[in-house]
Amino acid sequence: MIELRNVTKEYGKRKALQDVSLQFEKGKIYGILGPNGSGKSTMMKMAAGLVFPSKGEVIVNGQPADRSIARDVAYLSSEGMVYPGLTVQQMIEFFAAQHKDFSLEKAEELIQFMSLERHKKVAKMSKGQQGRLKLLLVLSRKAPVLLLDEPFLGLDPMVRDTIVKGLVSFIDFGEQTVIITTHEITEIEPVLEEAVILDEGMVRARCHVEALREEEGLSVLQWLKRNYQ
Amino acid sequence: MTEEFRTSKPIYRQIADRIIQQFVRGKIAPGEKLPSVREMAIQSGVNPNTIQRTYGELERMDVVETRRGQGTFMTEQIDRKKQLRIEIQREMIETFIQNMRGIGVEDKEITEAVEQFLAGKEPSEND
Repeated sequence: MIELRNVTKEYGKRKALQDVSLQFEKGKIYGILGPNGSGKSTMMKMAAGLVFPSKGEVIVNGQPADRSIARDVAYLSSEGMVYPGLTVQQMIEFFAAQHKDFSLEKAEELIQFMSLERHKKVAKMSKGQQGRLKLLLVLSRKAPVLLLDEPFLGLDPMVRDTIVKGLVSFIDFGEQTVIITTHEITEIEPVLEEAVILDEGMVRARCHVEALREEEGLSVLQWLKRNYQ
Repeated sequence: MTEEFRTSKPIYRQIADRIIQQFVRGKIAPGEKLPSVREMAIQSGVNPNTIQRTYGELERMDVVETRRGQGTFMTEQIDRKKQLRIEIQREMIETFIQNMRGIGVEDKEITEAVEQFLAGKEPSEND
């Protein structure tokens, strides 16, 4: 479980997050929505133990999130993460050496699933291939927490579709807690259980995806738009 | 591509409706084994919990049967299939009638229009 307790993060005078309290239950899939600069990435970096709150606490699996939490958290960052000079195979070996929970068996299945070429260098790969490689590296870990920061950024609809199918195929539902930040809601919506809207560093709204349709006849996208009217 | 879902109904219901439709149309045979929850989730691009709900709902409706350790199977009861066919017909008629009334067509005109359509004639202008 992941919990933010009255978390504020200040970068100089700018507040990236303002008194945010949120709980993410074990085994569920959450979507974090909101415009650029709403605090989504800051929140993810905090849950990954890479950024610390100015006020409040971030608790991951019962302990305050710090560098050591990387053991329990597989984090897909929107920037960096893969090295241009390395091949797919070398990236896998690098990740396997860094993380005890990395499953080479799962990585093999994912190479097939994501149609990646083992000996291709990252530098020679398209954005879509790099996006798929990043997901492979994260999904190969049997970590209790998966944090995916903008996994669809700059990818075309076909690749987004493959990524959604990859998530459904390889996530251990009920065991792994997954938080996904995204602008591209359409493909991922049927996979999410709950969605949260962040806006200017604050929680603007929160919903259960199926209940939203059942009770209000709205998709998450429509709900998101309604919250900005 | 993953299919798209309408917003007016929960996704688990839409998938249940689709399975019933396929059953009535004969695309799924009585007694046929349905994909596992995970397979179905991958095919549809949805959360496996959603499929779990779909199968649960279909079981409550006596449309599928879950056999422990074997999976989920379409009902073999032909009577149930006949009932489902009638239920679907009713829903289609209801939608059609509501739409026709919605554009101000009188009930008598609706029957006439349907008869004419079935006879292969163009709709006439009454006003």
